[in-house]
Amino acid sequence: MRTEPVVQVQALVKRYGTKTAVDGLDLVARAGVTAVLGPNGAGKTTTVETCEGYRKPDSGTVRVLGLDPVRQSGRLRPRIGVMLQSGGVYSGARADEMLRHVAKLHAHPLDVDALIERLGLGSCGRTGYRRLSGGQQQRLALAMAVVGRPELVFLDEPTAGLDPQARRATWDLVRDLRADGVSVILTTHYMDEAEQLADDVAIIDAGRVIAQGSPEELCRGGAENTLRFIGRPGLDVGSLLKALPADCTAAELTPGSYRVAGKVDPQLLATVTSWCAQHGVMPEKISVERHTLEDVFLELTGKELRS
Amino acid sequence: MTVGTYTPRPGAAPLPRMIMAQAALETKMLLRNGEQLLLTVVIPTLLLVLFSTVDIVDTGEGEAVDFLAPGILALAVMSTAFTGQAIATGFERRYGVLKRLASSPLPRWGLMTAKTLSVLVTEALQVLLVTVIAFALGWNPQGNPVAVVLLLVLGTAAFSGLGLLMAGTLKAEATLAAANLVFLLLLMGGGVVVPLDKFPDAAQEVLGLLPISALSDGLRDVLQHGAGMPWADLGILAVWAVVGLSAAGKFFRWE
Repeated sequence: MRTEPVVQVQALVKRYGTKTAVDGLDLVARAGVTAVLGPNGAGKTTTVETCEGYRKPDSGTVRVLGLDPVRQSGRLRPRIGVMLQSGGVYSGARADEMLRHVAKLHAHPLDVDALIERLGLGSCGRTGYRRLSGGQQQRLALAMAVVGRPELVFLDEPTAGLDPQARRATWDLVRDLRADGVSVILTTHYMDEAEQLADDVAIIDAGRVIAQGSPEELCRGGAENTLRFIGRPGLDVGSLLKALPADCTAAELTPGSYRVAGKVDPQLLATVTSWCAQHGVMPEKISVERHTLEDVFLELTGKELRS
Repeated sequence: MTVGTYTPRPGAAPLPRMIMAQAALETKMLLRNGEQLLLTVVIPTLLLVLFSTVDIVDTGEGEAVDFLAPGILALAVMSTAFTGQAIATGFERRYGVLKRLASSPLPRWGLMTAKTLSVLVTEALQVLLVTVIAFALGWNPQGNPVAVVLLLVLGTAAFSGLGLLMAGTLKAEATLAAANLVFLLLLMGGGVVVPLDKFPDAAQEVLGLLPISALSDGLRDVLQHGAGMPWADLGILAVWAVVGLSAAGKFFRWE
């Protein structure tokens, strides 16, 4: 099912002073969950905040639900839900108070009590926002983004700094939103988050989208599979490479940790182990893995995603 | 398609409902904040009682409270419309509250209207409190209530413009410091509790043009001396209001 895009960004450029944060970025997001993946400083937040109407493009066009987020902000705002990376709440307000307030700004809000229960915000009690834990603040911001029953929700790093349990609760909510027909654009620098949640992943680096597709498509794009093993640091990778079929690559990722990428089949495994035997190397923890988004990112940018 | 819990049903609430909800929340936040209450309630009340009952400053002829009550009303307006609003808005900007609300269905002008309503509600409570205390101290107000309301409203507009200008351009910490400092300076030099004629002539000329002096002087002309419309003071306040509000409108940064 290919529907109308919920977000359409064309040739977006956004500069702050002399620094170019977004540099000719193109992005089309359709119904479902779209993850905007990239390292810190890649331009994720600037892109999303331009879609939310906070920033005016220096050039390029942005359409969200078919509307111009700056000039048609009045029509767009009731239809979207926004979770900022941090803050957004009166320091003296209680969680339920703030959530009820945001609900009052909408015509048909969700049941606030049910949402408080769902996100485990009931335990915040009478505590003011400033004294809530980071996780509670994040969940409140998430609740504020969805309480107005929007068509499209923007989540800027919704699980940054959350413990695994709270992360899972956030993921579950995103899945429920998707199931009920809400589109979600989320930024993240967690690979597993993008792999778990997204129908579509846009990888951003240095202000541009460098790859976009479903997680499966992106992972298929590079080498088919990966073989990893641990050995003595400083093995002669060039010699290993010579033993391998032509379309394979081999690299020592960190000292002693080797990766062979290519068509991994029993023959290749035998080739690697016999090469090890010839060189007196006892390979440990040999594993065959699916190519991950992490690998895709590393290949595309030469950078580790989480710095 | 079945309707799920989160099935989209977007829409803004009716504008009056949004503005009233926003004004109610803003007022609640203000009344919950201890430092704000110190500024808007405790200090004006304390000054009124202290200076009325203890002969510290020479307030001229007549009962001290008749001189002081109009000054304290002016102080109350300044504390809420200027100092309180500047500090609260400065921190709302700093903590992303203004930013978050800017992407809500509430339009920006709606937020500003709500802030004004919240300031007016707080001022009404302050005026009530000051009036009750002043009467208990033997206050005998004169004059036309319409002139008083006009002065209070123009004073609120003038101080709101200046407060928002500060909150929208400076860092929250700088606003906090500057708003308190200005409050203190204007309290001393704006004819609130110290009559302006205690200052040298040259200083009086300048001090008389401050919004706080125009407000306290105008209120005093009407409430103490039973004067008609204090046009000169209303004029000064109107100029401050226009300058302050248009500068705030032009330079205010939401994040």
